[in-house]
Amino acid sequence: MIWNKQAECENRDDRKVKQLYNLKKLVRHVYETIPFYKKKFDDLGVKPDDIKTLADISKLPFTTKDELRETYPYGLLACDKKDVVEIHTSSGTTGTPVLGAYTSNDIKMWGEVMARCLCMAGGTPDDVVQNGYGYGMFTGGLGVHYGSHTLGCNTIPISSGNTKRQLMMMRDFKSTMLTCTPSYSLYMAEQAKEMGIDFKDLSLKAGIFGAEPWSDNMRKEIEEKLNLEAFDIYGLTEIVGPGVSNECQAHNGLHVNEDHFYPEIIDPKTGEVLPEGEKGELVFTTITREGTPIIRYRTRDITWLWHDECSCGRTTVKMHRLLGRTDDMLILRGVNVFPSQIENVLMRIEETEPHYQIVVDRGDSHLDEVELHVEVEPNFFTDETKSLEKIKAKIGAEIKQELGISVIIKLVEPKSIARSEGKAKRVIDKRTL
Amino acid sequence: MKVKQISVFLENKNGRLSEVTRILSEGEISLRAMTIADTADFGILRIIAEQPDKCLELLKQHNFTARVTEVIGVRLDDKPGALHEVMQIFEDNKVNIEYLYSTLMLSDDKVVIMFKVEDIDHGLDIIMQNGMEAITAF
Amino acid sequence: MIGDLYADEELERLDRDALRALQLLRLKKTVEAALLTPFYSKRLKGVGITSAEDIRTLDDVRKIPYTTKDDLREAYPYGLLSVDRSEIVRMHASSGTTGTPTVIYHTQKDLDQWTNMTVRSLRATGCTKEDVFQNMMTYGLFTGGIGLHYGAERLGMLVIPASSGNTTRQFNMMKDFQTTTVHATPSYMLHLYSRMEEMGYSLKDFNLKRALIGAEPHSEEVRQKIEELFDIDAYNSYGLSEMNGPSVAFECTQKKGMHLWEDAYLVETIDRSSLEPVEEGEMGELVLTILIRTGTPILRYRTKDLAAIIPEPCSCGRTSRRITRIKGRTDDMLIINGVNVFPSQIEEVIMKMPGIGTNYLIKVRKEGTLDKLTIHTEVGAELFTDNAQDLHNLRRRIVEELSASITIKAAVELHEPGFLPVQQGKAIRVVDERGSVF
Repeated sequence: MIWNKQAECENRDDRKVKQLYNLKKLVRHVYETIPFYKKKFDDLGVKPDDIKTLADISKLPFTTKDELRETYPYGLLACDKKDVVEIHTSSGTTGTPVLGAYTSNDIKMWGEVMARCLCMAGGTPDDVVQNGYGYGMFTGGLGVHYGSHTLGCNTIPISSGNTKRQLMMMRDFKSTMLTCTPSYSLYMAEQAKEMGIDFKDLSLKAGIFGAEPWSDNMRKEIEEKLNLEAFDIYGLTEIVGPGVSNECQAHNGLHVNEDHFYPEIIDPKTGEVLPEGEKGELVFTTITREGTPIIRYRTRDITWLWHDECSCGRTTVKMHRLLGRTDDMLILRGVNVFPSQIENVLMRIEETEPHYQIVVDRGDSHLDEVELHVEVEPNFFTDETKSLEKIKAKIGAEIKQELGISVIIKLVEPKSIARSEGKAKRVIDKRTL
Repeated sequence: MKVKQISVFLENKNGRLSEVTRILSEGEISLRAMTIADTADFGILRIIAEQPDKCLELLKQHNFTARVTEVIGVRLDDKPGALHEVMQIFEDNKVNIEYLYSTLMLSDDKVVIMFKVEDIDHGLDIIMQNGMEAITAF
Repeated sequence: MIGDLYADEELERLDRDALRALQLLRLKKTVEAALLTPFYSKRLKGVGITSAEDIRTLDDVRKIPYTTKDDLREAYPYGLLSVDRSEIVRMHASSGTTGTPTVIYHTQKDLDQWTNMTVRSLRATGCTKEDVFQNMMTYGLFTGGIGLHYGAERLGMLVIPASSGNTTRQFNMMKDFQTTTVHATPSYMLHLYSRMEEMGYSLKDFNLKRALIGAEPHSEEVRQKIEELFDIDAYNSYGLSEMNGPSVAFECTQKKGMHLWEDAYLVETIDRSSLEPVEEGEMGELVLTILIRTGTPILRYRTKDLAAIIPEPCSCGRTSRRITRIKGRTDDMLIINGVNVFPSQIEEVIMKMPGIGTNYLIKVRKEGTLDKLTIHTEVGAELFTDNAQDLHNLRRRIVEELSASITIKAAVELHEPGFLPVQQGKAIRVVDERGSVF
């Protein structure tokens, strides 16, 4: 089933006309109402009237995550505050979050694009959607939730974690679709074995997995172990949350909901737009957002775009599953983490200095296991195990507070963290996708 | 009266302990007692050496996190009930023991038990007041 | 002034006779829906009710047997479903007395009706679309978070779906978005205040006007304390997932008891031993029938909550009667930081642990302003190993299993044998040291 045939299967030229219309409208609106954008446009000497074709978008300035932070909280709000009905925030690189504000039209649009994604994965109103993404400020939970309601599925808002309960619900309520991070799905598979649950006896037909990078190998493993068809989904809070793009049943790239999110691929070094099919950094302009629209947002994600005649009938542009990042951001259990955040935490804690290393691995559990190695400084080493345990607990609690994830703190001997040319290697990522 | 104990932070991994013993052996340090407190992922090695200052110096040179902790060494007769006698005195006088261990020494039919107590001055006073013998050094 | 605060003036001020007529109409519809469920068709037929027509007056509700939490458990998973599964658009679950949860299904119409009640409740406390609403209740299967979320959005408030926990972030957002209204448990409000200064904030940083408090019993003194500390209005609320969730009853700006929305719920108060109705105004167990839900109809549900109906009309003009704050429970359910926990759930987990057997004690106490659950257990010879790692693992396993079962992170303390008192007769395994909150 295609949720919105009109939009998703539209003739490409007709779509371009609408995209251009919306782009022009947005550009004029942000230029006239948001000082931040006016200044950026003026600095480049570009006026809203200069946008005559879609290709003219390359004349517009980029927006970066740092700029979103600098304008926090309301610097990029494009509507009256009274019209905002919901906000979400995602963590920034150094603690200042990034805001996504939604009007009620934005919430409807979000539900619409997520409903499309569920349909791309074979969803219908008869499905039982078990939504294992975290609910709250993280966009994963509520985004899928709105889409599932828009489509009319039975929505189980189970949120993340509590694996036994997840499996029990899945069995007892015959969930047909599962949404969560790919690594968590494999963790569920392990736990199911212990509980004596065989996925062959369950009713899952599809899983929509995202919020962290994964591979075709993992897809095979997930499909085998959970006995379902696995789909990749992409989205980020700065744009809307989940629902930006999703795989269809052809499993050949993710269809971008480009009537709402206009994509480009640029050379991350020069900022130049690359021709279709070339690999580079993904950039989005949210041409229909009302709350916090964004012009040419640099996602730092590396992929490429192409058009083909997809067997599903959708004509929307496709993006390849993510190939990497242009910065040092880590995705741990679906949470975006910058090493600088960890450094900040250690700086804040009196006893410690930021001599650390993050070791990420996927053990038997299939979940990201994050160890933070902190060198024991002579100034906080005491003869008592309990005081060292206390410092460990303190670091752990602060990290949890800052990043929202639990990490294992390991105290290590000084200078034991490998340094190359005097600079310690901060991240050891042992995960194989 | 107080004995200098060297406490060393050790990760629970292969070879760390032997690294310590190697350094001390090469530095010709004589050990008198040794014990390890272990937790799930690290340990604290406690050493009584004949040359504590040199021992500390050597370990620090080799990048170990080490420090001096003061403890009491009580010399006891090697006979049943000797330890209990001290323990009873400590209990009666509210000397709070954090940990204790015995030394490698056995001479003149005497043994030495090392005590780490909360308030070392109070602990030593009690030992002296009760006519027991605290060693000064090895 | 109050006149501005109605979400639906006609319904909220419906005269009592018309209100009762509406209740009867809706009760019949609910009974009709109930007869379609496997559970109620059997139970209602057992007392001679075979069609909605057997309910002629509101008093006829007393022909219907009570429904208990155990009944809901027995009906798990689909015994109380009255519509085709494809009609269901949402389910919520709360913990049962043991591992089996209590599940409620909602159709789209059910959700819309529930949202109407939450809009009404929010309006009654003075909320408007200009308000910034930081929802500090947990989002997910628990109804506390999502319940008010929809109402606040429908009302046009700016909703911050903060969910529970993460105090630093709560403060940041309260400041950055100039939050005017929060929804939290009373103990979390006190916790926020106790951390405010050390986290570098003062009341001047905020724009807080009101707190909607609920999900755990508290006294009038606690409300007043919250109001004084933050210089705000605090409104009490009542709800349970079996009856949708928040917005069964809510205080209006008069703050003299909670309006139980009688067009949506039929309320009775009964004597907990004789199960006979008590006089209006007297303390009894609340028994509720939900009149606005067809997906999972529940008739005469014994809430185990003790309260009294306030017979006098409220000066705000709303005709739905009020109930007093909840004065106690008729069972051993513990409410720990807003989460309902039955000791039997904890026991179930602990009994599964090898080597522990019956040597355990469940303790609840206040740590600062929050509740702390500690499980004390003895480590017998068969459990003890010299390896610190083994004991560490045992402790972790208990913590994990408990958090899976009751969603609460408990502390586990291991003791030497003999630490726990020897039990004779019926063992006391729960010690609640929080003092009386009722």
